[in-house]
Amino acid sequence: MNNSAANTGRVLWAGLRALLALTVVCGVLYPLAVTGIAQAAFPWRANGSEIEDASGKTVGSALIGQTYLNDGKPDPRWFQPRPSNGLGSNSVNSQYRLIVSGATNRSGDNADLIQSVEAAKAAVIRDNSVDGHTVKPSDVPADAVTSSGSGLDPHISPAYAKLQAHRVAARNHLPVTEVDRLIAAHTDDRTLGFVGEPRVNVLRLNIALRDVVEGRG
Amino acid sequence: MSPVLAGVLQLLALIVALGLSYRPLGDHMARVYSSDRHLRVEKWIYKGIGANPSVEMRWPAYLRGVLAFSAVGVLFLYLLQRVQGALPGSLGFVSIDPDQAFNTAASFVANTNWQSYYGEQAMGHVVQTGGLAVQNFVSAALGIAVAVALVRGFARSRTGELGNFWADLVRGVVRILLPISVVGALVLVACGAIQNFAGIHEVGQFLNEHSMGGSQQWNGGAVASQEVIKELGTNGGGYFNANSAHPFENPDPLSNLFEIYLILLIPFALTRTFGRMVGSLRQGYAILGTMAAIWLVFTGLMLWTEFAGRGPAFELAGGAMEGKETRFGIGASAIFSVATTLTSTGAVNSFHSSYTGFGGGITMLGMQLGEIAPGGVGSGLYGMLIMAIIAVFIAGLMVGRTPEYLGKKIGTRQIKFAACYILVTPALVLGFTAVAMALDTPSHSMTNSGAHGFSEILYAYTSGANNNGSAFAGLNADTQWFNTTLGIAMLLGRFLPMVFVLALAGSLAEQTPVPETAGTLRTEKPLFTGLLVGTILIVAGLTYFPALALGPLAEGLAA
Repeated sequence: MNNSAANTGRVLWAGLRALLALTVVCGVLYPLAVTGIAQAAFPWRANGSEIEDASGKTVGSALIGQTYLNDGKPDPRWFQPRPSNGLGSNSVNSQYRLIVSGATNRSGDNADLIQSVEAAKAAVIRDNSVDGHTVKPSDVPADAVTSSGSGLDPHISPAYAKLQAHRVAARNHLPVTEVDRLIAAHTDDRTLGFVGEPRVNVLRLNIALRDVVEGRG
Repeated sequence: MSPVLAGVLQLLALIVALGLSYRPLGDHMARVYSSDRHLRVEKWIYKGIGANPSVEMRWPAYLRGVLAFSAVGVLFLYLLQRVQGALPGSLGFVSIDPDQAFNTAASFVANTNWQSYYGEQAMGHVVQTGGLAVQNFVSAALGIAVAVALVRGFARSRTGELGNFWADLVRGVVRILLPISVVGALVLVACGAIQNFAGIHEVGQFLNEHSMGGSQQWNGGAVASQEVIKELGTNGGGYFNANSAHPFENPDPLSNLFEIYLILLIPFALTRTFGRMVGSLRQGYAILGTMAAIWLVFTGLMLWTEFAGRGPAFELAGGAMEGKETRFGIGASAIFSVATTLTSTGAVNSFHSSYTGFGGGITMLGMQLGEIAPGGVGSGLYGMLIMAIIAVFIAGLMVGRTPEYLGKKIGTRQIKFAACYILVTPALVLGFTAVAMALDTPSHSMTNSGAHGFSEILYAYTSGANNNGSAFAGLNADTQWFNTTLGIAMLLGRFLPMVFVLALAGSLAEQTPVPETAGTLRTEKPLFTGLLVGTILIVAGLTYFPALALGPLAEGLAA
């Protein structure tokens, strides 16, 4: 009995020493080495892909979505991102502030989700229908009325961007063709032609739009 | 190009990439676990452990190593979280409560990585990088070690010796996981994943008039280095709450495809290692064929149901994009979700709770098969070999002769171990689900009601006991009930099966091989692969069909 207790103690002691040794290797040396190389080789990406506007001010990350609001409502001058109803459900953080990622986790038959899709669709149609251009319900793509997995999706589909073109053009007193040109210039196609989906980075598009509006484009 | 075609082409690209790495990696791993030489860095580690890596262990000694190392791991990780508030580099986060700290420690040591916390607002640099990421490495290496011990049980005769646990553990980390991780982490950074030790900081926003003051707050972190081992070691615990849907973890379509590749890389290649070590590559191909067939069928079904997008909200929206990222779309999300649930990974790039009813059912069934197609690193291979033993046994009953597999007799003792193995997880899943449904409070955690609410709880215990870690994340799992019961389910679901695997390995290694005769079942033939697939589906189907009928099937048929 004593012998087996001593044995157990010995193997636990070996286990602890193994854990500490491997913690030094995998938990200290490895992340430091990777960080060192990453900071030297890809400093911009390793630090969050922050982008600046023409005036040199940092306006966010190319990878993280943000809101374009005026008085708490979507600002019609700017392209709008996807809904993000999964964020801000906890008390510690507020939407898009200390960025907390998350999805709604609502199922296809969830009454709240059905209601929010209906409301989002109606809002997209209402907000984007301008004089001489009416948005049909069938024009609204799925990404315009659903929340993404992270809630921080920096992209919208090209279809949703084009749908917003008439509104954005009217609000900024630009010709629609000019806005369409901006969208086309900021549409990323599938990588290698087949990986992922075509998409438009909302922040980059809005920066280019502001440049045009303010006469820098 | 249509999204469906793009999805299929991404699947084909994945198959090509996995095929190219199958032979070199499988052969490399066979050499790693057969070599007598020790690298210098390994010798330093053995000196630190105080173990002689050349001493052969019988199964009880090997098991003691596995359990002692894991017990110390749980305790260490628990204490690290409990003192987080006093540690430097914790970003101002407080210590984790006891029930959640136990749950998280059990979760990461058991290679599950179920998370009841929000990564970006709970865990600082020290716990993430020095605690959680370390378990991502060692729990994966431990899984491979146990699988290799079972393979040695088949390969060796008249000995009972299964190798040295410490050597297998250290070699798995140093020679397999670390080199791939260093390269992979840099690939992810090149795509845009972050890798820094910045604190919580303000970043300006596009509009100043934003009601919050024109800035966002982010925390930095060693994300890429943790992301790569999270996929490679089939762990799955995200740095951020949104896991691989978060742009800092999985920034673009290419990083996404690369992460799916990492998930499947070792589990598939281990079948080559197995074939090499038992001296018949064709036996390895038969196992590979079984895994690949199930994986492909599941992926095909998932692509079909998600592109079809049935369900009132999805039909209204015009597609099942809820919980999915624009840059991945439906195709790459569906491929990821099957890879993560057919292995023990549980990372998600899209949220399974918002999949179609059938899609959610496919993710659940994938885990309920026991995660063997191709399964977790190591655990997939030993799980599949257990099913092979069951299949051989059933075939033996049909023709009325003593079953044998790889020259080893499958007698009463062996079949008892195999039967115990396959009973553990269903007992945990169904038992805990039944108790949770019968009690009053656990159901308060559901986000959705009805069939989907039941699915949330069934998914949680399926995910925990099978060491997957993904979630129908609508369930609020940060309660004392779920933290405690899921923690227990994860530990028992991980280590009880290992006891039976190692006992089985010991009993096989002691045997004298029986010579192959005309009556021997040819386990390297497609006929056996078919029999094996059938056995897997029947065992899982009989066990879980009633529970699945109440949850995802009811939801899918109503849609």
